[in-house]
Amino acid sequence: MNNPAAGAAAVEARDVVLSFGETPALRGATLTAGPGEILAIMGPSGSGKSTLLHCLAGILVPASGEILFDGRRVDTMSETGRSTLRRERFGFVFQFGQLVPELTAEENVALPLLLGGTRRAAALAKARDWFGRLGLDGLAQRRSGELSGGQAQRVALARGLVAGPEVLFADEPTGSLDSLTGEQVMNLLVGAAREQGTTVILVTHEPRVAAYADREVIVRDGRVSAYERVTS
Amino acid sequence: MLPGMSVPLTLLGLLERQPSHGYDLKRDYDTYFGRGRPLPFGQVYSTLGRLARDGKVVIGEVGPGEGPDRKPYVITERGATEVETWLADPVEPEPHLQTVLFTKVVLALMLDRNAEAYLDSQRQAHMRRMRELTELKRTGDLMDTLLADHGLFHLESDLRWIELTVARLDALAKAVRT
Repeated sequence: MNNPAAGAAAVEARDVVLSFGETPALRGATLTAGPGEILAIMGPSGSGKSTLLHCLAGILVPASGEILFDGRRVDTMSETGRSTLRRERFGFVFQFGQLVPELTAEENVALPLLLGGTRRAAALAKARDWFGRLGLDGLAQRRSGELSGGQAQRVALARGLVAGPEVLFADEPTGSLDSLTGEQVMNLLVGAAREQGTTVILVTHEPRVAAYADREVIVRDGRVSAYERVTS
Repeated sequence: MLPGMSVPLTLLGLLERQPSHGYDLKRDYDTYFGRGRPLPFGQVYSTLGRLARDGKVVIGEVGPGEGPDRKPYVITERGATEVETWLADPVEPEPHLQTVLFTKVVLALMLDRNAEAYLDSQRQAHMRRMRELTELKRTGDLMDTLLADHGLFHLESDLRWIELTVARLDALAKAVRT
């Protein structure tokens, strides 16, 4: 683990319940990720692991239970408050990158900074710093359609980390990649997160990807059913 | 270290590259295949002795200025054929770990013990080992990576079986208690 600071947990879910219509997705899920910790959420398809990530990230609001970030309730914040939290303190990486096709790679990376009010020249300069770090030299002006899957995912990773988030939420970040490319993306993700002291909540169904984390939890039937803390 | 039967064939394979002294053979074996468990010198020389007895290696000319303990071993046609046959022969799939897991799960269910708790603790043990191997890949060289990948894919395969078995525990319990 990355020497997490003592004190309150970075992200916490307490007895979270959420249904989609009549279908229960989370039935009392509880977990804690410490500051600087890389936590993998595993589980079978439909178990609720992505829903739990969306609740932790303030994208979804649970019907009951609590979501806390840095000791503050997220689930009781207004939509605007949660949106600001997501933009200013969280970063995101999804399975298929979800880059904006009309923008160049560097504009995609700069997007969180631009949305946060950073001036365009400064945002693009900061975005370009990430291209060298993630082995993307020479690709800054390409659009997403001109990138391979691995390149696009590294651009998405740079976008997720460019604003220096305190928590990076990654939902199946290697799910669309072959084993070798996925390994490269995970090495970059974990390396950059540890360097920045970023907490990572990583949803994956692949044990090899979860093995990059400090610890993993299993979600089954909407509950966190196994819970291990690394003691070393 | 490789399983017992593999050591003579691996030494033969190393000799097919070029004739070598026992010392060089041990060094190469330890570098590529020892992985922290070096082959004892005694085993190297006793194995070479058996290979010579069986006509798979012969002792070559000792180089000028070299003592009698610097005997180079040379692979014979028979030895090379054996290496070729061995390399072409698929390794017998041995689901030994699954057999142990299977036995434990079935017994736990028969005895009305908590099979899911056992499978969860097994999963955690597997994940711990996978984290160690992932760290080995990060800090080691390409040979370490190759070896770690092999372990990781096997452990992942076990984990898939564990997850599927957890999903089937209710049905399995009925099957073994009837």
